[in-house]
This record gives sequence, structure tokens and C-alpha cells, in this order.
Amino acid sequence: MIKGNFIDNLPKVYGIYTGGFLAFIIIMSIAEQMGMTAKTIGICFVAFTVAIYAIIGYLSRTAQADAYYVAGRQVPTVFNGMATAADWMSGASFVAMAGGIYFKGYGYMALLVGWTGGYVLVASLLAPYLRKFGCYTVPDFIGTRYGGNLSRFMAVVVLTVASFTYVTAQINATGTIASVALDIPFQYAVYVGLVSILLCSMLGGMRGVTWTQVAQYIVLIIAYLLPVFWISNKMGAGFFPHFMLADEVSRIAELEAQFGFVKNSAENLKEVPKGLAGITKAHSAVNATPWAFISLALAMMMGTASLPHVMMRYFTTPSVKAARKSVGWSLFFIFLLYSSAPMLATLSKLSLIDPTLPTGIIGKSITEVQAIDWYQNWNQANLMFVSDFNGNGTLELNEFFMGGKAVVLATPEIAGLPYVISGLVAAGGMAAAMSTADGLILAIANAISHDVYYKIIDPKAETAKRLVVARVLLVVIGFAGATIAALEIQGILGSVIWAFDFAMSGLFFPLVLGVWWKRANKEGAIAGMFLGLVSGAAYLVWVRTGGSGFLGITQLTFGIFGSAVSLVAMVVVSLMTSAPNAATQKMVDEVRIPSGKSILGKQH
Amino acid sequence: MSKQEQHWEKSRGLLFMTLAIWFVFSIGIFLFGAEMNEVTGPFGYPLTYWFTCQGSLGAFVILIFWFANRQEKIDEEFGFSERGDD
Repeated sequence: MIKGNFIDNLPKVYGIYTGGFLAFIIIMSIAEQMGMTAKTIGICFVAFTVAIYAIIGYLSRTAQADAYYVAGRQVPTVFNGMATAADWMSGASFVAMAGGIYFKGYGYMALLVGWTGGYVLVASLLAPYLRKFGCYTVPDFIGTRYGGNLSRFMAVVVLTVASFTYVTAQINATGTIASVALDIPFQYAVYVGLVSILLCSMLGGMRGVTWTQVAQYIVLIIAYLLPVFWISNKMGAGFFPHFMLADEVSRIAELEAQFGFVKNSAENLKEVPKGLAGITKAHSAVNATPWAFISLALAMMMGTASLPHVMMRYFTTPSVKAARKSVGWSLFFIFLLYSSAPMLATLSKLSLIDPTLPTGIIGKSITEVQAIDWYQNWNQANLMFVSDFNGNGTLELNEFFMGGKAVVLATPEIAGLPYVISGLVAAGGMAAAMSTADGLILAIANAISHDVYYKIIDPKAETAKRLVVARVLLVVIGFAGATIAALEIQGILGSVIWAFDFAMSGLFFPLVLGVWWKRANKEGAIAGMFLGLVSGAAYLVWVRTGGSGFLGITQLTFGIFGSAVSLVAMVVVSLMTSAPNAATQKMVDEVRIPSGKSILGKQH
Repeated sequence: MSKQEQHWEKSRGLLFMTLAIWFVFSIGIFLFGAEMNEVTGPFGYPLTYWFTCQGSLGAFVILIFWFANRQEKIDEEFGFSERGDD
């Protein structure tokens, strides 16, 4: 069906796919009217979408190295933008971001700025030059630019540490959604999630992941935007929420002033189930110091430019020019979701706390709130809790607690939308978590199979054997990730932020200086990667074990310290040792112009 | 100066300009977050709040496309642009 001139037919293929998905939503809503249960709808949504991804994964199977590693370098800019956006927006962006904004307001929104501003660095400092280089993986660039197996190996180590931290969180998220939608225990649901992830990537490698990610983007963006617009219209807040919520934002500020932020005693807070929080921060006021905001944004921006699963998406474009444009498209598609998250948080908060709205619960009697259907559902799911601390029988702002995930998951139900929307949101969350997990597992497996196995251990290996090794690694890394995810050690959002810090500690300056500073040499790069990663990790351990930290650098921004050490180490060691040889200098010159042959051949 | 050096000099100039604009929207604004939030911004939102929701994010999107077009012009000027595909 989609062989031959598949690339030319892309708009048509995905147009039909989008139409088909919308038709599926309509069929489901008709089925709901006819009495299909909420549980069946949830199962249908997740099963249907995952089956589609699996079919795309199967159709994209390949036995060629350049198709497996870089999708044959023929992905058009706009579609690569969509794939990157899906690759980028994880379960955390989809499920947790609006919740974070809801609870923490301005201080949290540094992540919005950081996770978008980083793309400016990607576009201007790195992506086009790495595309010209013609590498398969990020360590491939480090290994060839600086030379030597040690530098290549160090890059693989940094990549693995960062990506693995990230991927366990994503498998955790797929498990959470699968366990809710399919109603099976989390420990098994994690492996269901993993099998779905591997179905997309195992046969087709990067090619399979690319075309499933485009499909996943379409599902996740519909699943995010449709409820936001619907809720906004239903509440009468405006038909285009992004431009029309100013009144709602100022109404929240008014209510906050009226209720005040009453601090709960530690004793009262003990009653509250773990993971739930109350509203303690102003919604739209500036509630963080400039440095707290800027340091978090900066760490996320530099981390974005160092994360290998994003960078390798730009290796798949047909040209250097296309790589640059493609970064712009990626950010555009990300912008569509990120600019909607604060709107969802606003709508969700106002609908709960405004006593004049029918959905508002603050100011109602506690027993009345406890009798509401949706409250009982989400209380049972451990995502909502009320308690009458002051004993006046009325629910106050400081007596209402909610889980971060509930903002995205529960708001449609609170606003009275049909259940089909909740099923759609589950499918969207699954798509977001799966697409990111795919990209990350592939990044790790490719780096180990290409850079460690093929380039270091057995340079004479045939293509067939290389691809078998790559696939075996994919499964092994996936299972390792799922096993750790099943232990449930860390929360989703915390480990995602750590991944950015690890990546920027070890890789940011070795990558950037590799293009922009000719004098950077092997010894400098190795010192930069090693000392950056080690000092970043040491700082994290120190702060986690009760260390006070310095300069306001927290466990969420330890990459600022790590990358500063990396920069100093790299510059000092490079200048103390001899300059790179003439061949390397010429290579850097070649990288800097877009035309001409890539540094590494088509098959390498 | 060789053609290649000139090309690189121009590219570097564009990089610095891009990074300067990037700095304003990602860092500069938030140095004065509290003061600027007193002002009413586009669509009636408090100004700093609007930048974190939409303003800075949108500025980055436009900035990348602007950068890509400028860089393409520089490449063409020195005959380093790729032929064909897009």
C-alpha cells in the first residue's frame, strides 16, 4: 500500500489517517450514547491506536543500515518536525505539565520557556552541522571529530546515563496509562507498554520510529487540544482560549486574594495521601526569584541541545538546509501543545475554585462535595482528597488536594464532557509516552550497537549482523528500563529533569565546541565529558544527601555546575595539549559549509 | 581572506545575533519578571505571565525560521548552498 513513492504520498497517507482517527472518535461517541461502558471505551482507544502504530512499525521493516539508523535520510522537514515533537513531548509534558503549572504557577513555567528556547540552540549551534557531518549517532560525531575510541566511549556513557534516566520515567508513564485504561496491575502493565514500544521500533529502527512518531503526534495533539477548546466553550470562557482567558486569569487572582493562602499544620498534612497537593502559589503572579527561574530555564535549554534522541532526529532530513527548517517546524508543533497547557491549568483551576460556577466546590459543604460522582471516582483513584481541617463544615481552598496528573485526566470529567474524551486523553498520553520511550531506547541501542560494537569491537561486522546486534540491544535495554520502572523508585517529572542535567553536564560543550572551536582536541573533550558528568552527578548526590548547595543551584539544576566544570576542563586541557592535526582542522572547515559531501559516507 | 573564511565570519555574525535575541526572550525578560508583570500585556494577560505562556515560546518559533532563512541567504551568497531537495 505505502511502498514505492511513499514519501511523495505522505500528506495523503497521514491525511487519511487523521480522518480515520476522527471517524473513530465519532464512532466511539455514538457507541457511548448507545450504552458502551466507560471501561470498554478506554480499552478500545488504547488498543486501536497501539495496533495502528504496530502496523506502521511492521510496514517500515528494513534490512539496510542507513534506513535502520537514519531512516534513509529522506524525511521531509514538516513530517520530521511532527516526529520530533512527538519524540520530544513525553508523558511528563502531556500528563504532568498542566498540573505543574496549576500548582506551582510562575516558578514551574520556567520549564515551558526552557523546553522551547533550547531549540534555538539546537538550530543555530548544532543540528545543521551534525547533519552535514553525516553521522548515525551523537557519539559517532564525537568519536570522528576528536578521534580515538576513548572519546567515543565516553560519549556513549554520557548518552546512556542521561537517556536511561529519562526512559524509565517514560516506561513508567506508559505502564500507568495502560494499567488505568486496560484495568490490569501496574507491574504487568509496564510490560504491556514495553511490548507496544518495541513493536514500533524493532523491525524498522529509525524508519519505523519516524513514521509511528508522526502518527503518535497526530493522536496526542488532537487528544490535548480538543478538550481544552471544548471545556473553554462549555464554560463560556471564549471559543479560542489562548486569546480569551485574560478575564479568567484575573478572576483567579481575585479569588486567591479573597480566600488567601492558609498554611496547613504539619499534623493536618499527614492526613493527605502521598503525592497530592493543595493550591499554595499564586496563579499568574511572579512567585520565584529571577535566578530560580532563569537557572531552571537555562538548564533545560542546554539539556535540550545535548539530548541525543532529539539531535538524531535531524540526521534523518535530506539536507542541511532541511535540518534547519525542520527544527523550526518541530518547535512550532511543540508550541501548539505547550501554549495550551497554561490555558488548561487556568480553566481547570477556575472551574474548581469559583463558587459562582456550577462545577466550583470551594465554599460548598464538605458532605456535598464528598457526594459528587467525579469526586468519588478520583478520590478512589488516589488523585483527589478533601478534609475539614478547621471543622466549619465548609470546604476551604486549603482543604482541597489533588494529584498533578488529575488536571489533564480529570478536568474533562469535572467539566461534564462525555467519557469518550477521557478515552481520547488516555490514548494521547499513551502516544506521548510511547513515542519518547521509542526515541530514547533507540538512541541508546544505536549508540551501543554502532559505536561500541561496530566501531570499537568488530569493525568488520556485516550489515546483517550489525542490525541483529542493534535489535537484541533494543530488547535488552527496553527490558532493563521496564524492570526498573516496575520498581517505581522515582516520580516521572523529577527524573525527566535529571536527564536534562546529566546530558548538559557531559555533552553540551564537547558537542558545541566540536563545531565552533577548532582548537578543541581529543584530550580536552575526554576531560570535559568525564569531569562534567562526574561533577554533576557528585553535586546531585551531595544535595540529595543533605548538602546545602551553592549559588542557588538545586538538585533540579545541577547541570549548570556540571557543564561549567566541563567547559573549564575542556578549555584548559585542550590548551595544555597539542592542537588537533591538519586533517581534523580541515574536517571542521568542511562541516561548516552546507554543500559538498558529508564527512562520513552514506554507509559507514 | 578566502571565500570560506568570509562565509564563516558572516555565519558567526548571524549566530551572535540569533543568540542575542534568544537571550532577551529566554533570560532578559525574566530578570525583571516581577516589575513587568504589573503591566497589562497582549490579550489582557499580565505581561510576564503572557511571555511564559505564549510570548517567549512564539518568539523562539519565529526566531528559528528567521535564522534558517538568513543562513540560507548567506550560503547562497557564497555558493555553498545545496542543490535540489528541500
